[in-house]
Amino acid sequence: MRVNLKYRKVAAIGAGMTPFRRRFLETPQELAWEASRKALEEANLELKDIDCVVIGSAPDAFDGVHMKGEYLAHGSGGTGRPVSRVFVGGATGVMTAISAWYHVASGMCKKVLAVAEEKMSPGRPHPQAVFRYIWDPITEKPLNPNLIWIFAMEMHRYMHVNNVSKEEIALVSVKNKRNASVNPYAQLGGEITVDDVLRSEVLVWPVQLLDVSPVSDGAAAMVMVDGDVARRYTDTPVWIEGVGWTLDNTTWPNRELAYPRYLENAARMAYKMAGVERPQKEVDVVEPYDPFDYKELHHLEGLLLARKGEAPALLKEGFFDKDGDIPSSPSGGLLGVGNPIAAAGLMKVISIYWQLKGTADKMQVKRPVHTGVAQAWGDLMQASTVIVMRN
Amino acid sequence: MTLHPLKDEELKTHFTITYKPEAKYSYTAGQAISNFLKGLKEGKILGRKCPKCGKVYVPPRMYCEECFCPTSSWTQVSDEGVVMTAVASFISWTRDRLEEPEIVGTIRLFPSTSRDYVYPGLFHRICCSYEEVKNMKIFGRRVKARWRPTEKRVGSIDDIECFEVI
Ligand SMILES: [Zn+2]
Repeated sequence: MRVNLKYRKVAAIGAGMTPFRRRFLETPQELAWEASRKALEEANLELKDIDCVVIGSAPDAFDGVHMKGEYLAHGSGGTGRPVSRVFVGGATGVMTAISAWYHVASGMCKKVLAVAEEKMSPGRPHPQAVFRYIWDPITEKPLNPNLIWIFAMEMHRYMHVNNVSKEEIALVSVKNKRNASVNPYAQLGGEITVDDVLRSEVLVWPVQLLDVSPVSDGAAAMVMVDGDVARRYTDTPVWIEGVGWTLDNTTWPNRELAYPRYLENAARMAYKMAGVERPQKEVDVVEPYDPFDYKELHHLEGLLLARKGEAPALLKEGFFDKDGDIPSSPSGGLLGVGNPIAAAGLMKVISIYWQLKGTADKMQVKRPVHTGVAQAWGDLMQASTVIVMRN
Repeated sequence: MTLHPLKDEELKTHFTITYKPEAKYSYTAGQAISNFLKGLKEGKILGRKCPKCGKVYVPPRMYCEECFCPTSSWTQVSDEGVVMTAVASFISWTRDRLEEPEIVGTIRLFPSTSRDYVYPGLFHRICCSYEEVKNMKIFGRRVKARWRPTEKRVGSIDDIECFEVI
């Protein structure tokens, strides 16, 4: 049953993206401007129509500029307007859309521009070193961890508890890179095989090079407006019907990693708001966050679109293929499109928006779609953000 | 606007401004972790217990994050536990290639049970072979802390060399 909430109805009416690539000559501000301009164009709005701006970006250290909210503001149309920046680790991109939603839902603003940007390539010698500062400085950092360690630990635990093989997980990478091959924004689309994944460089066993999304730069933007406004500008608004976000405890060595409890909580919050009672029956298309291939399976379970440990079997049957029952990552996901962190999360929301609008072009899934879900995740395996949209 | 992705070589042929931040910090360990580190120096793993829900925090915390009340007492947990997950890293924290893999994982310390979702535990090195990680035989094994010799301990997480199978 749908919760009786007294929110303003909110619709997405425009979206824009830069391609995702490594080492753009363009600055973060220029990337943000490019995505923002395209989003306004699709919405048939001009900047002067926008009431306020929401910016999403992950740790400042990636671009190498502190106060990134302010830094990105002029490229995001923020000058002279209420501007805020949200940051919840890797979950930031979807949180940017959620934040835009509550600016409108509360009645505060009628037309909001949401912009997410990340430039992962400036860090030298490799952005991996920047992650050193996410660890507990006393109890963890002395062990010289790198970021891939913790996800390898989560992946291996998931494999162990659910008896999942590397081959089954590699199928996610194969599917997403194939889906990305028809996405004009994608960095790494193409046909690969399970063997290619299994033969790629071992980074941190069980994680190999083709299990992981690439280093990318990029920006994404969306326009979200009040329901009454939406009907004036478009015949095909896409409604934001449910949002959810939660955090688990930060002490990941002290909890079970096989199942993402943090995501289930966020998903239940969003489903309740949207009146989704049986997610596997009601959700038509999904963009779960996939910086690593196992993460898509892990997240499909947390989103209650597969039972615990059963996502790999459904994937193998084709359930999550582009022409399957619930197409998953039809955009090609982070594995195929690229992973400029915050922009990648908002890209997931945009993918669902285009699917529901019917303008996803070659990415459009075969079955008719009515309800779509986008999700992101981040921090130390603890933060999750979920958005449910309908046409 | 047409966007321009660059190749790695192109960066080398142009003048670039490189900056190395002088970002050095003196972190404080705080009340709970300071005592925890003292314990490690003495070869003990110390936790803090919540008087309301009974949860034992290792590494310790001065408050219970759920009951939001002060944890009330110090309690020593075992330096033995069970391997929950283990991985073998062939890259360093700067992503340089390692010849010999470094093996790390998480350990659920005793007392605790396999039904606990949250438990006293540590992230640490595990002294075992790459093979045992790959075939997952290390999962669920009972392990014990291999302590550095008393005179070499300084009050650091590094006072434990690794956890090894017993
Ligand atoms: Zn408590």
